[in-house]
Amino acid sequence: MSERAIELEVLRYNPETDSAPRFQRYAIACPEEWVVLDALNHVKESVDPTLSYRWSCHMAVCGSCGMMINGEPKLACKAFLRDYDGVIRVEPLAHFPVERDLVTVIDDFMAKLARVRPYLMPKDAKAIEAGEYRQTPAELARFKRYSMCINCMLCYAACPEYALIPKYIGPAAIALAHRWNQDSRDGGREARQAEIAATEGAWECSFVGACSEVCPEHVDPAGAIQQVKIRSTVDWYTRHLMPWLKK
Amino acid sequence: METVTTDVAIIGAGGAGLRAAIALAQAAPSLRIALISKVYPMRSHTCAAEGGAAGVIKPDDSLEQHFEDTVGGGDWLSDQDAVDLFIREAPKELIQLEHWGCPWSREADGSVAVRPFGGMKKQRTWFAADKSGFHILHTLFQTSLQFASIQRFDEYYATDLLVDEGRCVGLVAIEMRSGQMRRFDARAVIVAGGGAGRMFPFTTNGAVKTGDGMALAYRAGVPLKDMEFVQYHPTGLPSTGTLLTEACRGEGGVLLNKDGRRFLQDYGMGPETPLGKPELKTMELGPRDRVSQAFWQEQKKGRMVATKWGECMLLDMRHLGEKKIDERLPLVRDMSISYMGVDPVKEPVPVRPVVHYMMGGIHTDINAATPLPGLFAAGECACVSINGANRLGSNSLTELLVFGRRAAQSAIEYVAQGGHPANGGALADAAQARLRELMQRTGGTETVAGLRKEMMQTMEEHAGIYRSGEGLAAACAKLAELRGRYTHIELHDKTNVYNTDLLQALELGSMLECAEAVVQSALARRESRGAHQRVDFTARDDAKYLRHSLAHYQGSQAPRVAYCDVVITRSKPGVRDYSGGHA
Repeated sequence: MSERAIELEVLRYNPETDSAPRFQRYAIACPEEWVVLDALNHVKESVDPTLSYRWSCHMAVCGSCGMMINGEPKLACKAFLRDYDGVIRVEPLAHFPVERDLVTVIDDFMAKLARVRPYLMPKDAKAIEAGEYRQTPAELARFKRYSMCINCMLCYAACPEYALIPKYIGPAAIALAHRWNQDSRDGGREARQAEIAATEGAWECSFVGACSEVCPEHVDPAGAIQQVKIRSTVDWYTRHLMPWLKK
Repeated sequence: METVTTDVAIIGAGGAGLRAAIALAQAAPSLRIALISKVYPMRSHTCAAEGGAAGVIKPDDSLEQHFEDTVGGGDWLSDQDAVDLFIREAPKELIQLEHWGCPWSREADGSVAVRPFGGMKKQRTWFAADKSGFHILHTLFQTSLQFASIQRFDEYYATDLLVDEGRCVGLVAIEMRSGQMRRFDARAVIVAGGGAGRMFPFTTNGAVKTGDGMALAYRAGVPLKDMEFVQYHPTGLPSTGTLLTEACRGEGGVLLNKDGRRFLQDYGMGPETPLGKPELKTMELGPRDRVSQAFWQEQKKGRMVATKWGECMLLDMRHLGEKKIDERLPLVRDMSISYMGVDPVKEPVPVRPVVHYMMGGIHTDINAATPLPGLFAAGECACVSINGANRLGSNSLTELLVFGRRAAQSAIEYVAQGGHPANGGALADAAQARLRELMQRTGGTETVAGLRKEMMQTMEEHAGIYRSGEGLAAACAKLAELRGRYTHIELHDKTNVYNTDLLQALELGSMLECAEAVVQSALARRESRGAHQRVDFTARDDAKYLRHSLAHYQGSQAPRVAYCDVVITRSKPGVRDYSGGHA
């Protein structure tokens, strides 16, 4: 098994003992096929048990291990060492407060997710005994990609608007609201619009598209946000210019 | 210590915990629910389940056939009354998830699609491509956000249940963010803490699966049932242990030895079926225990493929074609390429059996109630048992729904009987004192990483697919030693905020206790059944062992292993036939 020597430069911060964040270097030998998470686990196990970070599945589905790797938001379990040269810099996800080391405080995202009402508000209520709603593969395809969000928050770390305007509800939460709006079984769009079409909602987005570029699940939040804008524009014209049209 | 007063506390916010929370919020809106988890709900390991969830829905299927497949698949160690309840509730729970918006894959007419799965005689596995668990978890989590009565305590690690006068009256947990302990006074507690696969070095299980829920109940005096039954999933990526779903074979993938032979036909799962036309309940659609055992046998004969990660069989999906693989198995393709550099469209993928699931767990009855009043359990941490000696793939996602809800109903009934929570204050103080001692200990001679490694090696060597009395006896001795040495660990990190050194030390404590229950129960079971295969007792022995094992906690001593009867209603123990009708 071929090994290579790597050097990690990891941001460390313990609010109890550090007055400011600092970087710490770890030089280790790794198998060629390792990801950054494997290297961190090696450090934790064999070099420095005080290093703190979140991880679980090691297969890019639990969304725990989002961090900045050489300045880019990445899942550490899908950041392959073979793609990096020189010292690899590992920092907590940008735009979130640091709780400790690579662990961020994600209260803001959790609150915003709840605010967009990310659950089915049935268009037509149905009893269990009546069986499933019919939904064709084409109807499923209208929202499927937006349902793939793993809540890793890489998109918030990439978003320049979120950096400037912390109240901005942000890419993942809007994409998930859009996911429910697009679902053929759902009738809750109006209830969600108050949050996602408000000034702190989709209109804050200046369509840089960084969110979609960093998304590890190809959810395309930028596309979702643009669709929300279009729908809310149509809503506005319908309300103000053609009041005789019922929605 | 700050105290949270609630009505029902749930430990674990994966599939079972969330399902229980929603059921409580819907059926008893006046009850306060504390949903406590060491990780944010969407990080729970339910998210990693790929293949799907079983429930009878199609006209050519029947509840009776799901019953037979499950009971036979479990080598008759399943409780048949529980299986009956399970298969009846299964379709309702899956439809309920559909009504909550779960993006199940569909037929052209808009009805829910089903796929074949191992050991199932009919197609009855509902799926959402190959991210079924992920979609179930997120559907449940997002649905739970609409209920104000569910108060979440994310990243709280439960260290002890509070038991007063023979009743469970709450728990204590560490808030990771502050390192402070909180006492939860609750009228009922539901444990939904997941499995314990991290006892082994090579596992599909995420880092969180350290048996904490099992250990909590065990230490509180509830026996762990059937712990010797550890499921190996046949197809893990050898580099990382990452799961490649059984749906790979359900969709038509085949398993080859180094000569290109579909070797399962040589182990009672043949004759060979035509390539690309998988037949149910035979060959590659045999049950997981049999397929993993066939691998082990074939490896002994020197017919496996050498890779730099050890010997492997080959999972060949090339004949499925790119379109089908991308539509039905996109994650499988992505992970094979990412972690192995192998594109299943073009090449067979090397795979080998990997620890996947605990059939055993917290002893509960059919109502998800444990013998300790006020304590309920559901999901992988619990053992009802519907899975017996070997779980069929796609029964566990359904199980956490059916019994998560059931646990909620039982908790509601229990709480309605009245009785105020007793005062767990003194118990909570004792728990805090124990934690403080661990945090402040100096002069310790052991490390978390060191003991964990020795535990994993012991489990791998002696508690794997085939076991021997000699090996298990050695494992029992080793685990007793490790548990002794565990009292001498010293933390490197003695600070409070998000201390993962402390967290891993506590998780190791849980795993050592679960591991000891596994090897002691395995040593005591002198027969071969399902996933428990003894090289020194190769036959099933119904006269002596058609019984559930119950490992009782004995403090620093090894557990006492006792037994209770299996509930048999109408299926008498028989021969497990996976020959496709050619036996």
